[in-house]
Amino acid sequence: MRKKQMIYLLFFLILLLAPFYLTEFRLALLGKFLCYAIIAVGICLIWGYTGILSLGHGVYFGIGAYCMAMYLKLEASKGALPDFMEWNGVQELPWFWKLFFNPFFSIMAAIFVPAMLAAVLGMLTFKNRIKGVYFSLLSQAVVVVVVTLLIAKQDFTGGTNGLTNFSTVFGFSLSSPMVQIVLYAITVFALFAIFMLSVWITKSRLGHVLIAIRDGENRLRFLGFDPAVFKVFIYSLSASFAGIAGALFVLQVGLISPSMMDIIPSIEMVLWVAIGGRHSLFGAIIGAILTNGAKSFFSETYPDVWLFCLGILFILIVVFFPKGIAGLFEAFPKRFTKFFEKGVKKGESDSVVS
Amino acid sequence: MNPILSCHDIIVDFDGFKALQGVNLDVHHGEIRFLIGPNGAGKTTLLDVICGKTKAADGKVMFQGVDLTKRREHEIVRHGIARKFQNPSVFTELTVFENMELSIKQNRNLFSVMKAKLTAEEKDEITVMLERTDLLDRAYDPAGLLSHGQKQWLEIGMQLLQKPEVLLLDEPIAGMTGAEREKTGLFIQEIAEKCAVLIVEHDMDFVRNFAEQVTVMHEGKILCEGSMEEVQQNELVAEVYLGREAKVC
Repeated sequence: MRKKQMIYLLFFLILLLAPFYLTEFRLALLGKFLCYAIIAVGICLIWGYTGILSLGHGVYFGIGAYCMAMYLKLEASKGALPDFMEWNGVQELPWFWKLFFNPFFSIMAAIFVPAMLAAVLGMLTFKNRIKGVYFSLLSQAVVVVVVTLLIAKQDFTGGTNGLTNFSTVFGFSLSSPMVQIVLYAITVFALFAIFMLSVWITKSRLGHVLIAIRDGENRLRFLGFDPAVFKVFIYSLSASFAGIAGALFVLQVGLISPSMMDIIPSIEMVLWVAIGGRHSLFGAIIGAILTNGAKSFFSETYPDVWLFCLGILFILIVVFFPKGIAGLFEAFPKRFTKFFEKGVKKGESDSVVS
Repeated sequence: MNPILSCHDIIVDFDGFKALQGVNLDVHHGEIRFLIGPNGAGKTTLLDVICGKTKAADGKVMFQGVDLTKRREHEIVRHGIARKFQNPSVFTELTVFENMELSIKQNRNLFSVMKAKLTAEEKDEITVMLERTDLLDRAYDPAGLLSHGQKQWLEIGMQLLQKPEVLLLDEPIAGMTGAEREKTGLFIQEIAEKCAVLIVEHDMDFVRNFAEQVTVMHEGKILCEGSMEEVQQNELVAEVYLGREAKVC
């Protein structure tokens, strides 16, 4: 246990010191990956621990990002109408945009709007005992609905171009390297806080209830628990994590568009967790950073074949390491000790899709 | 004495197939009642109706003066009816201890669970139950690694930790060895000192050894009730059940 905590601390220390040894360009990339890692922690909680496969986390990420982006856009427009509204012939700022003049409201909205949407969806599905594949499909349908809505209402949302061309946050210039470093540091702290909260949850009795839902929802029901309540809670929590990630993402990347929250990014989010190891929160973080790192490495070096490389990587991991990178690290020491004690034993089987 | 649990005219309709056709059953405090009958008689369905897993088309389940017919499963459990299923269903990835920790009678709403810490009393309670179910040395193993019989005991232990008034057992000794059966039987007798036990069982030797009251079901109806001797001498029973069994054997 001690050893694990040391590794966590060391990892976050290395991340925190990144501005000293990375170029501005690389730091921006890493900041983006850390936002993805925050989403991965949330997905690990609902998928790895609770056994709910959500293929729609892009929506929550996107909503968080849009909430933040609306504030940034208003600040960049300096009292005038945002540029895309003028192009679309909108005369007056819609009422719901006016709320986002307030930065604190925007931040709260980025956290709570995704959580509330998830809670509504969760109540409709989990209370009616819709689960497994049916839930996954429904969660994906929500992506289609939200993305279509964002594109169709382009006079209010910026359409396929999304929201971009920001200038300042709280009056500080977003293009200044110092501001970017501060935003990066905030992202590291957010990831740290969310990770520690999630570790605490999984170690508590609540965490045991979540695992019990995954192992046998019916059994849990006959122990006097209402699984739906716990599922709605954890689903909303993980949606709010994605919302926070979205807000931090938009601050650092300076752009959010419907294509960043569509079905393919939503599925990719699940892949990061699968690759990192869905039963390990730390593994999910590593998975998000490594997969996206590999993605940008391959796309820089071999732009023609990077998608193939990513696909092969995924297939290899699913076939050979169903518990992901984290499972690999757990298995190695065990394998060695077993080898010296009584020869290698057959490992447990585990399937990725359940 | 008033029955602790009583079913009135329960009718269950599975898309036209009447699995239960007006069943009346009373269970009294502290008794061990066996439900026997040929396959398809509706024994498990009756347990399902009592614990809320299956909804009755008509009829009432009364428990200590409360109508449970329309309640949901977890509410019925909170009233004091525990159910053990035919297949051992424990949380395989949690340890034996953690399985029991979740089963203890506690506040099961979200915020209480979030704040819950293992108290000293809870720990003692679990330790006692681990001893009673002979699982003390396996306490920190994942429940998935237990043998079939041990899983059955763990599950019974989990039900007992909820301090139920009525315990519903569905074929608790299926797949057990002779020695394990004997032990389970004695365990059930011990349990019955504190709560009523309603057991579905096929194994006639086991029923003969441990039954106080036997209810025979056949094609969704109660055929007769009484002690094992009374039931065995009943001609109807011999015809539909014991007779058929004799032919099979």
